[in-house]
Amino acid sequence: MDFKLNKTHLLQQEMFRRFAENEVKPLAEEMDETEIYNMELLAKMHKVGLMGIPYSKEYGGVGGDYLGYSLAMEEISKHDGSSGITISVHTSLACSCVDGFGTEEQKQMWLRPMVDGSKTGCYGLTEPNAGSDAAGQQTKAVLDGDHYIINGTKIFTTNSGFADTFVMFAMTDKSAGTKGISCFVMDKSTPGLTVGPNIKRMGIRAAQNCEVSYENVRVPVSQRIGKEGAGFKIAMKALDGGRIGIAAQSVGIAQGALNEAIKYVKERKQFGKRISSFQNTQFKIAELQTQIDAARLLTWRAAVSKDDHENFAQNAAMAKLFASEMVNDVCRAAVQLMGGYGYCREYPVERALRDAKITEIYEGTSEVMKMVIAGSMKIF
Amino acid sequence: MKIVVCIKQVPDTNEVKLDPITNTLIRDGVPSIINHDDKSGIEAALILKERFGGTVSVVCMGPPQADVALREALAMGCDEAYLVSAREFGGSDTWATASIISAALTNIGYDLVITGRQAIDGDTAQVGPQIAETLGIPQVSYAEEIYDIEDGNKVIVKRQFEDRYHIIEVKMPCLLTALAELATPRYMHAGGIIDAYKKDVKLLGYDDLKDQLVPEYIGLKGSPTNVFKSFTKQAKGTGTILKDLSPDEAVEAIIAKLDERHII
Amino acid sequence: MSRDIYVVAEQRDGEIAKVAFELIGEATKLAADLEQKVVGILIGDHIKDKAQSLIDAGADSVVVIEDKMLAEYVTEPYTKAVTAVIKECDPEIILFGATSIGRDLAPRVASRVHTGLTADCTKLDIDVWKAKPEDEGQKLLFMTRPAFGGNIMATILCKHYRPQMATVRPGVMKKLIVDHTRTGEIKELKVNFEPSDMNVVIREVVKEKHKKVDITEAKVLISGGRGIGSPEFYTTLQEVADILGGEISSSRANVDAGWIARERQVGQTGKTVRPELYMACGISGAIQHVAGMEGSDCVIAINKNDTAAIFDVSDLGVVGDVKVIIPKLIDALKKYKTSQL
Repeated sequence: MDFKLNKTHLLQQEMFRRFAENEVKPLAEEMDETEIYNMELLAKMHKVGLMGIPYSKEYGGVGGDYLGYSLAMEEISKHDGSSGITISVHTSLACSCVDGFGTEEQKQMWLRPMVDGSKTGCYGLTEPNAGSDAAGQQTKAVLDGDHYIINGTKIFTTNSGFADTFVMFAMTDKSAGTKGISCFVMDKSTPGLTVGPNIKRMGIRAAQNCEVSYENVRVPVSQRIGKEGAGFKIAMKALDGGRIGIAAQSVGIAQGALNEAIKYVKERKQFGKRISSFQNTQFKIAELQTQIDAARLLTWRAAVSKDDHENFAQNAAMAKLFASEMVNDVCRAAVQLMGGYGYCREYPVERALRDAKITEIYEGTSEVMKMVIAGSMKIF
Repeated sequence: MKIVVCIKQVPDTNEVKLDPITNTLIRDGVPSIINHDDKSGIEAALILKERFGGTVSVVCMGPPQADVALREALAMGCDEAYLVSAREFGGSDTWATASIISAALTNIGYDLVITGRQAIDGDTAQVGPQIAETLGIPQVSYAEEIYDIEDGNKVIVKRQFEDRYHIIEVKMPCLLTALAELATPRYMHAGGIIDAYKKDVKLLGYDDLKDQLVPEYIGLKGSPTNVFKSFTKQAKGTGTILKDLSPDEAVEAIIAKLDERHII
Repeated sequence: MSRDIYVVAEQRDGEIAKVAFELIGEATKLAADLEQKVVGILIGDHIKDKAQSLIDAGADSVVVIEDKMLAEYVTEPYTKAVTAVIKECDPEIILFGATSIGRDLAPRVASRVHTGLTADCTKLDIDVWKAKPEDEGQKLLFMTRPAFGGNIMATILCKHYRPQMATVRPGVMKKLIVDHTRTGEIKELKVNFEPSDMNVVIREVVKEKHKKVDITEAKVLISGGRGIGSPEFYTTLQEVADILGGEISSSRANVDAGWIARERQVGQTGKTVRPELYMACGISGAIQHVAGMEGSDCVIAINKNDTAAIFDVSDLGVVGDVKVIIPKLIDALKKYKTSQL
């Protein structure tokens, strides 16, 4: 049992930390205000390898693992939840579908540019009428010779506002239920594919999360990932890995908020004393840091079990369930510790609190996490 | 072209804090980093390699923990790394340090040596010029920009002064000391970090360098200067507060303070 | 054997740098403690007529080395020149200005003659050092300098090698009042320069006005807060900054109001600065601001409100209206400067 990061992971963590402090932190407030993601920042993240961590060098990736990816997600999310989800959707959803189920040819064509720093991916599963019940897909793909014709609408497709590569799911056989869903990959320029405006949200406002409509979109059969009908399995597998990213994002947002609060209480004086000298403050911070560490350990365990090719779905769901609820508690407490200033947009904890909420919802709500965990425990 | 960059691992002095009660330096938990100017030297070397070909080696004198600084340089894209480390080298001042690093450079071979202008812990700016003198090669310190390499052996470099700059042509072998402005260091690449730990950092110890060194001229004993004492600056309390002054009296008081502090 | 104190007087285009006069002023104090003389070293082309100004400033004599090769500063010919003085005159101590020339030249010389060098000193003293308490001891130069980004000070000795060498930070030592009645020997030292000494080619010399610096690098910051009343007042603060060789900076409120660029904001959400002088004009001193400037060497605060928190961290606090005091301060500083010429 080893709770220590090795030298490679430690240096990666250091590099992610510096990148986050120098490149992400200065832009985060403005990106949140304007609800526009900074494209230069996206390009920089690609350049240093942040968008291809757990993918093989053979395809131009970093050659790292999910533990390293979790470290990146935490460090980036300490300063900006929006950047966290941008990396996460690209890495553990879009790329993982092609990497896990694509043919060699498809990997060269679609995975390589996403992990070598040239292109950004998105992942379209959720529909206006198919959220937690992903099997209720209404988007259809109808075979027409050597092409599929896709029609339907996806909602909340993160990264779609600027993505180059769209991984999406559609019903190829409505009668087969979940076994009738297939996975497709296509370029943003594909005729019939249109992306709506960024949806107005409470948090992670800089992320580009839009409605995407597919109107008589023709894609060749060679752009179907996996077998016809394998889409649901592909989508779920991707989400299992994605949850590790969201758990790490939660840990990052929480630690970032707590760090701000700690800095503040050490400087702020009330009743003639620094408020850090009050036992109430000390106890609160002790509790919060313990919660964060517990979530971090669950996250690392999930990452390591994925890296070791174990069945990690339950670990990932437990990490996400715990971490996403933890981050909401921690951010609320961080705002409280900072009082009126914490509530002001001048300080980043206000944004952290807004960003935190979504972690209990996307890539499976907390309720879905409990379904996954109970299912893995075979409690029927 | 063989470029060798000399780097130093330093405590991040921005993170150094004083203990408010004892007024001593808290060094625990202060992260170690590659000195800023040196890192800009690494970047400049990597750019030269990309433009003109060649290799970039990196040399660091320090304790075994300096290994991580060399890994970082490798992860930025340097080709090979040397750790100059031995008990005998401990306590060296700038003169002795320059002798040791010069011995290492002779051992490794070089066309262009780049050092940072100065380190943020010692702030001396001496080791670079002293290496150049020991090796008997020309130096251009305060290098702010490298324009070109002409005829494969002439470096064209901008040398900064307070009130002017020189555009200097210097033949290799030579040494440049880099200002932070010389180049903005790239980040390590996440994948470069993985490769960096698969490479060897070569150790140059006392035995490896002893043929190029005079034993009496290294380490604490071989150093012409010694630290007599070190101390922290006096903590400052609240100073004078002047009320009910006329504006002219106020100006007089400010001028007197500026004069007392040698600001004017 | 001479035990005199030598000062390398830096010049550019025949104009002697202010730091040279400061060093001569300091050297006279050290020389008195050692009962020795102060000698200026003047290196350049057609520079001899400037030698008297070093004597007026307190030097007892001056060694002049002239050559065409010395017109613009180049490391090797200048190193050769200073080394020649050391060989010829055997000084006890040599001081250089800690400028971009002094900090290039001094280490090269120290290395060539094999002696110790202490960089960027802010305090010099002559004192007795004893290896053992019962020894008679020897008088040495105690060289004190900041390290760790100014967090600690170290006193350095060079016991066994001569000359003892130091570069000294400009603006720290006091020059003496110029005395045109002083006389002293001005001696030329002939050094043979070979073409090979010019081991680099200067292709171009470009003179430029001082560039704007990052506020974290500025030695003097004139900082304006809410109390300055209008964005236009930054122009007035800039005048003070120009006279003192500094930059202007700001509290957060004025940055948010768009009065000044964000890069000039000091404080927790801005930059942390530690200049030699921080002049807080109309800044109340909220904790978020103080966190960014409390490491400054000297803080002067001007504020109307006598209970302003900024006064708690000030060396000098003046209760008054910045809009009245600052224009008067500019006049006074200009007068002061003229009186110093």
